[in-house]
Amino acid sequence: MPATSRKQFLRTLGATSAAGALLTACGRARDKKPAVRDAPKGMTSGGDVAILNFALTLEYVESDFYDAVVRSGVVKDRTVLELAKRFGETERLHVGALSFAVLGLGGKPAPRPKTTFDEVLAGGPRKVLDTAAMVENLGAAAYLGQAAQLRDKDLLARALSIHTVEARHAAALNSLAGKGFRGALPDGAFAKPLAMDAALKAVKPFIAKD
Amino acid sequence: MENSELGAVEVRGTTRAAFLLRGTLAAGAVLGAGAVSPFVRDALAQNDGGDVAILNFALTLEHLEATFYERALAKGKGLSPDTRALALELHENERAHVDALRTAIKGSGGTPVAAPEVGFGLAFTSEARFLKLAQSLEDTGVSAYNGAAPSLRSARLLAAAGEIVQVEARHASLIRLQGGLLPTPDAFDKALGRDEAAAAVKPFMR
Repeated sequence: MPATSRKQFLRTLGATSAAGALLTACGRARDKKPAVRDAPKGMTSGGDVAILNFALTLEYVESDFYDAVVRSGVVKDRTVLELAKRFGETERLHVGALSFAVLGLGGKPAPRPKTTFDEVLAGGPRKVLDTAAMVENLGAAAYLGQAAQLRDKDLLARALSIHTVEARHAAALNSLAGKGFRGALPDGAFAKPLAMDAALKAVKPFIAKD
Repeated sequence: MENSELGAVEVRGTTRAAFLLRGTLAAGAVLGAGAVSPFVRDALAQNDGGDVAILNFALTLEHLEATFYERALAKGKGLSPDTRALALELHENERAHVDALRTAIKGSGGTPVAAPEVGFGLAFTSEARFLKLAQSLEDTGVSAYNGAAPSLRSARLLAAAGEIVQVEARHASLIRLQGGLLPTPDAFDKALGRDEAAAAVKPFMR
């Protein structure tokens, strides 16, 4: 969306809207504040868009997964089911926030991938819980892998506020999956990051082929 | 989610305007329209003492947490075996964080702050009291790191802070579950400015 029509659109929303504040913050950070960290050279805001779209793709997978789990009726345990609903709502909000952040940078949000979880659901509640834990652990690790690459500090702050929620999900699901407290903290005192290609490879079984 | 109508907003693209409006609603719903600016401002307001000052503040919080679990293990009353096992695990992690931060501060040419004198009132008189204070300390720790990390100038230190804050978030989640609470207070963890975080832990400083 060109800057003028964006401005116009925001005016119709009301100048004091959250969108105004967010977009102004993003624009300001991008235009005037050069990155002060000793980040790798050659990274541009195109880099930030790519990172946000990567995160968006993972959030789509997570969101679709919880949606499929809740709809399938496979999980009978009330605690697990309630958490699946709540975590699903949370991932949907992450999808919204990330899409919005990409638009704020003038980028195009990644399309929602077509997902499939038939195999997981057919494996029963145990398989569902293990898969949820796996996906959240990898989500947390993926955010950690990208955070230091973000040039825009506002986006970094936003990504961090999602990263720790993914970590909370992961620990809770590890624990519910019977991995014990130590298993809920699989990397010990220091979490390990995961590279973008490794994360995408890990969720590939959930992307439908067509 | 408090506002299920907004929480249920689906962001599948229709028109771009409708899409953007939905994004606005979702962002407003999670951050609160008025909370957006302070959220960013607080995160950016911390760049006054440089990386060493940020790390030393984190070190103070880690000392506080480590001492908290140490005392809980030494004199906590009524802790179930499960809760003790969790406290043991968390204590080990906090000790490792203290060591890592001390090393990072020295490596950055700074002097690590000493462990503060602390007191935790009646926290060790029952399991419920212990879990309540542990939850508060861990949630505060997560928000303090999230607030401070964007101000770190060194990408290396930022990555290290990320490795620690993820573990703090896992702690918060496990403590919350142990106390029968939801592991996530919100869809987005709050970022605390340093003044706010310092105020939150002030009652425990002697």
